[in-house]
Amino acid sequence: MESLGIFIRSIFIDNMIFAYFLGMCSYLAVSKNVKTSFGLGVAVVFVLAITVPINYLLDKYVLSAGALAWLSPKFADVNLDFLTFILFIAIIAAIVQILEMVVEKFTPALYSSLGIFLPLIAVNCAIMGGCLFMQERDFSSVGQSLSYGLGSGLGWLLAIVGIAAIREKIRYSHVPKSLQGTGIAFIVTGLMGIAFMSFLGITFK
Amino acid sequence: MSKNLELLTAPLRKANPVTVLILGICSALAVTAKLKPALVMALSVTVVIALSNLVISLLRKGIPSKIRIIVQLIVIATLVILVDQFLKAFVYDVSKQLSVFVGLIITNCIVMGRLEAFAMANGPWESLLDGIGNGLGYGIILVIVAFFRELFGSGTLLGFQIIPEGLYNFGYMNNGLMILPPMALIIVGVIMWLQKPEEDKK
Repeated sequence: MESLGIFIRSIFIDNMIFAYFLGMCSYLAVSKNVKTSFGLGVAVVFVLAITVPINYLLDKYVLSAGALAWLSPKFADVNLDFLTFILFIAIIAAIVQILEMVVEKFTPALYSSLGIFLPLIAVNCAIMGGCLFMQERDFSSVGQSLSYGLGSGLGWLLAIVGIAAIREKIRYSHVPKSLQGTGIAFIVTGLMGIAFMSFLGITFK
Repeated sequence: MSKNLELLTAPLRKANPVTVLILGICSALAVTAKLKPALVMALSVTVVIALSNLVISLLRKGIPSKIRIIVQLIVIATLVILVDQFLKAFVYDVSKQLSVFVGLIITNCIVMGRLEAFAMANGPWESLLDGIGNGLGYGIILVIVAFFRELFGSGTLLGFQIIPEGLYNFGYMNNGLMILPPMALIIVGVIMWLQKPEEDKK
């Protein structure tokens, strides 16, 4: 039940884009039409749902204070916390690479639609951000971290498809000349963020 | 000389990494609710960009192009760990406020972008200057956004009361919306709006 709460929360309330601005770069660069932005969104959901639980295990059994105790009691006071950034980013890069190969081998159709986005994702802040927030929030099981990863990914997908749809329509309206392009995209995102704030009251216990 | 100066000043306006090239937005917005974390963040990013530019530029002849992304990530991650440990040691409260966003400097596209676009092709001295310039260009936007958000959102600057107490007695109120995330986006949008006509003139 708690996993469901985390899932819903991470989609609507702690939305990656509107609450934390994570993954803004690709969010603004790739949101010119709905189809490509959907492709990128799905790739992000995929990668987040895989990397967050894996990094959770890594954090739980290798990195955090005293985590190595399962190897031998001698390691009980070892704290590898300072290696977090470098290991997380290495895991993310590796998983993205493996995922790209697997997808290319087994589902060429999916590869041709997702393929170009996968390399981009290794340096997408949404993935790294998701992993770091996971670490900060101290989830108590792999299931919870999985639902967090999945939910954040879906929230990101929702946001990018939403802005892409708006940007497709905005082409036909009279935006002041110097505000056209990215300027208006920023302001629209801000307004969408305000709209999303109305979910703040929802609690799942 | 003037070419080197150009490297330092171009990113401040003409080629500003945030408002013109649209890079590194993620962290630019999240840390700007108050001026102090914004300043610290700007400084940290400048240090990371400048040093990683320098290191990669020194190594550029030895890096095989196939694995260059991994090499760059490792260099950046190492520098970010240093910055993070430094912040934790000396300004612990700010480092708590910045939370995950220090770690996110690794995936800040400005850093990667400058390494790819500049440091891989230029000498160490130019790369260092370019890094500092871009860090400052990023910092200036952070400071502008944070200035408005803190002034109107909390009535303070760097924690000092700026809006006089008397004004509150007349019914002036802090704009709570300024503290919330969406306003950061709108302020950046407005900065772009103001900056664009100037560019077009040149």
